[in-house]
Amino acid sequence: MEKIEKMKQKNLKSNLITYAIVIIAFAIMQVWQISGNLSSLLSGLLVPICVYVILALSLNLVVGISGELSLGHAGFMCVGAFASAFFSKCTAGIITWMPLRFFLAILIGAAAAGVFGLLIGIPVLRLRGDYLAIVTLAFGEIIKNVINVFYIGLDSNGFHVSMKDQFSLNMEADGQIILGGPQGITGNEKCSTFLVGVILILITLFIVLNLINSRDGRAIMAIRDNRIAAESIGINITKYKLMAFTISAALAGVAGALYSHNLSTLQASKFNFNTSILALVFVVLGGIGNMRGSIIAAVILTVLPEMLRFLSDYRMLIYAIVLIAMMLINWSPKALEWRERLLDRFFHKSAKEGE
Amino acid sequence: MSAMLEVKNLGISFGGLRAVNALDLTIEKGALYGLIGPNGAGKTTVFNLLTGVYKPSEGSILLDGESIIGKSTEEICKCGIARTFQNIRLFKDLPVLDNVKAGLHNEFKYSLFSSIFHTPTYRKVEKEMDEKALDLLKVFDLDDAADYKASNLPYGKQRKLEIARALATDPKLLLLDEPAAGMNPNETKELMDTIHFVRDHFGVTILLIEHDMKLVAGICEELTVLNFGEVLSHGKTATVLQDPQVITAYLGE
Repeated sequence: MEKIEKMKQKNLKSNLITYAIVIIAFAIMQVWQISGNLSSLLSGLLVPICVYVILALSLNLVVGISGELSLGHAGFMCVGAFASAFFSKCTAGIITWMPLRFFLAILIGAAAAGVFGLLIGIPVLRLRGDYLAIVTLAFGEIIKNVINVFYIGLDSNGFHVSMKDQFSLNMEADGQIILGGPQGITGNEKCSTFLVGVILILITLFIVLNLINSRDGRAIMAIRDNRIAAESIGINITKYKLMAFTISAALAGVAGALYSHNLSTLQASKFNFNTSILALVFVVLGGIGNMRGSIIAAVILTVLPEMLRFLSDYRMLIYAIVLIAMMLINWSPKALEWRERLLDRFFHKSAKEGE
Repeated sequence: MSAMLEVKNLGISFGGLRAVNALDLTIEKGALYGLIGPNGAGKTTVFNLLTGVYKPSEGSILLDGESIIGKSTEEICKCGIARTFQNIRLFKDLPVLDNVKAGLHNEFKYSLFSSIFHTPTYRKVEKEMDEKALDLLKVFDLDDAADYKASNLPYGKQRKLEIARALATDPKLLLLDEPAAGMNPNETKELMDTIHFVRDHFGVTILLIEHDMKLVAGICEELTVLNFGEVLSHGKTATVLQDPQVITAYLGE
C-alpha cells in the first residue's frame, strides 16, 4: 500500500508541476506585459499560443493516450470556431453581457465539435487499423469547403440560407449577413484575452490529466497497449475509443472558439491541413502521451517562427534545425541518458546542499 | 450439479482447413483440466472459440448451463470466462497495479463525471480497487513490483501478472494458454503450486493448455488430447498419458 501511495504522490507531483509551469509562465508574461516591455508582436501571439496549446493537448489525448492517429484536428477546431462565432454573432443583441455570451459560445463550440467527433467516430473507430487518420484527413478538408459555400443571413423573418451568393438570401432591409461563404464571419467582437486562454488551458489540462488517472482513462490506455487483451477482460473497445475521441474533438472545439473570438474576420481557409499537421508536430516533438511536453512544444514552435522573422530567408531553415534538435533531445536514447545524468547530478547536488 | 463447461460438437473451418472438428468437452465445477496435443493441433483455436474471438461454424458451448455462442469477447468475459495468452499480452506501458485494476473494470464502476472531477465517489472506489488489486498481486508475489511498468517485469512475473489480471475479472472459468512456456524447472514447480492455490482459493475451474508434461501430469486431473483438430483421447490424466495413440501422436511411430 505504501508503494501505491508513493506512486500516486509521484503522479500528483508531476501533474502539479505541469499546472505550475502554466501558471508561472502566465504570471511572467503578465508582468512583462504590464511593465510595457513586451513587443507588440509577442503580445499579439499570446492568445494564438493558448489556442495551439489547447489544440496540442486535445490531439495528444487521441494520439498519445488512445493510440489513434487524427490528421484532421483543424477540422474540429474549425467546427468549434464557426459554431461559437455564429452563436456570438446571432446573440450579440440578446445577451449583452459579453463574458456570459463568450462562455456560452465556448460551450457551444465544444459541443458542436464533440458531436462531429462522435459522428465520425461511430463508424470509423469500429475498424482496426489506421482508418481514422484517413477519414479525419478527409473530414478536415470537407468541412472547410462546406463552410465556404454557405451563406447564412438573419433578419426579422428568421434565418435565410443559400449556397449561391449573398443576394439570393432574399433578406428584408434589416437583414444581416452572418456567414458570408469564403469571406466567413466578419465583424466579430474580440473577446479572447490571454487570461481566458490560460484558464482554458488549465481546464483542458484538468480534464485530460484527471481522465488519464481514472477508470475510464485506464481502459483507454489498456486498449492502446493491447486491444485483444483489453477485450478479453471485458472492456468495451468502441465505447472507450469513442469517449477519448469525442472529448478530444470537443477540446479542439474549445481551441477553435478561443481562436475565433480573437479575430474580427474568421475564414475557413485558415483551418487547413497545415494546421492539423502543425498540431501533430507539437504532439510528436513534445513526446507522445506527454502533456507537459505538448505544452512546451506548442509554445516554442508558435513563438519561434515569429521570433526568427529578422532572419527573413533563413527563417524556415532555422525552424527545421530546431525541429530536428528537439526530436533528438526528446527521443534519442543517448540524449535521454545524458539528460537523466544531468538532472541526477543537479538534484544530487541540491540535495547535498540541503543537508 | 451441472458441468461448468459443456462443449458439444464444436467445429470451425478457415477456408478449406478444418481447424477444430466435432470437439466434445465436459469440465466439472472446480476441476483442473488439461488440453494437450502436438503443435498445430488446434488448442489455442479452442480457446479462441471459447472466448468469442472466433465464431464457431457449428456446435454449442454452455457455460454453467448458459449458451455463450454468438456473444462477443467482452460479453463472454462478463459471463465469467477469463484467459491468458500464449504470447504474453500485458498493457505494457501501464504500471503493474493498473494492469490488475484494468481487470477490475467491470466490478468497480463510477461515472465519467467522477472520472473527470475526481469526486469523493472516485476516491472511495479507487481505494477499494487499489486494495483488491494489491490483494491479488500478493497472491502472485507481485506486490513489491506494483509500481513497475509491466514491460519491465521479468518474463516469469509477466506470466503471473497475466493470471492475476485474468482473475481480477472474477471468472468462473480460467483459461491458461501455456502458462509455463519459457519457465525454468524451478519456476514451473512454483507455478504448479500457484495454480493449485488459485483453484482452491478463488474457487475457479481451470482449463489449461500446456506442453510441459511434468506440469500436466502433476496438476491436471483430467485431460483431452487434440490432434489435427480432433479429439484423440480423453479421460483421467494417468490413463490418457498411457494411451498408445497419444504416445504415437507425440513421439511418432
